[in-house]
Amino acid sequence: MSKFKKKTSASQEIPTSALPDIIFMLLFFFMVTTVLRETDILVEQKIPKAEQLRKLERKSLVSYLYIGKPKKSEVFGEEPKIQANDVFIEPEDIILWVTKEKDKLAEAERDQITIALKVDKEAKMGLVSDVQLKLRDANARKLMYNVLKDVDMNDL
Amino acid sequence: MARSKGRQSAEVNAGSMADIAFLLLIFFLVTTTIASDKGLTLTLPPKPDNTDIVDLKIKDRNLFKVAVNSNDDLLVEGERMDDYKEIKDMLIEHILNPNNDPELSEAPDEAIVSFKTDRGTSYEMYINVLDQLQGAYYSIYADRVGITEEEFRTLDRSNPKEKAMYEEAREGLAMKISIAEPTNIGG
Repeated sequence: MSKFKKKTSASQEIPTSALPDIIFMLLFFFMVTTVLRETDILVEQKIPKAEQLRKLERKSLVSYLYIGKPKKSEVFGEEPKIQANDVFIEPEDIILWVTKEKDKLAEAERDQITIALKVDKEAKMGLVSDVQLKLRDANARKLMYNVLKDVDMNDL
Repeated sequence: MARSKGRQSAEVNAGSMADIAFLLLIFFLVTTTIASDKGLTLTLPPKPDNTDIVDLKIKDRNLFKVAVNSNDDLLVEGERMDDYKEIKDMLIEHILNPNNDPELSEAPDEAIVSFKTDRGTSYEMYINVLDQLQGAYYSIYADRVGITEEEFRTLDRSNPKEKAMYEEAREGLAMKISIAEPTNIGG
């Protein structure tokens, strides 16, 4: 019996004095990786999945277009809409929008502008292709369809 | 006077430091959106010039035709297909044509993919098919330089060594995917 008693005499407390340091480390990690949203997304975004993903080469050259059914469908209707920055735009306005986005870039880089399309799964190709035609007219020909990584079950 | 004050403990109570840090941590955890700037890249063709309308003749055997209608039904090389995942292997065979099949492309560089959608096709289907088409090309490119597809796609073109590899892989075999303007049936 005395053997067991000896063991229990060891301290059972976990030292917690380093806890704040650990938490701070985590905190700094998240502070550094956080990108605060610049725009409120007003359309539904169920992004489709694909396998052949590539990374954007230069993030500063990217402008985003969001396409999908408006979240407030009682105000804006059920039809998918295009959102640029904070407002809904029509396909006709895209050329103007691209010009404005290009103005934000340095002169030498204006031709390399990349448009990232974040499109809802449910959206129809009609609208997407209208957008693409306008982008082509506006000479913003580098596109990226933002998609999520699809985990292929056969590989696992 | 001053001395008696100096004797008091000057330490700040640091016991609640962890709580404060936790609070901040939870705030950042909640607001974080881990940037997902990955996707399928595509370069649109230039705006057509009225001056140079060229009537290109493409041999039928070189063309790999994919069409999707407004019900998301798939038609590949004139046949209905239920699983879009078969496209990739079909296209690889079409491009490389290892057995010199007279129905498939004459040479890898001659192969052209025509991808036609309808206005009513869902974006998800479009992405699925485009993913397969690009996947076929990436797989061939990766094979040529002896790396895996994943490695090829993540080649960093700002690094000269990797850029050379990228260019070697694409040498003489451009990704020719023509995306036709959609038809207007189900729009």
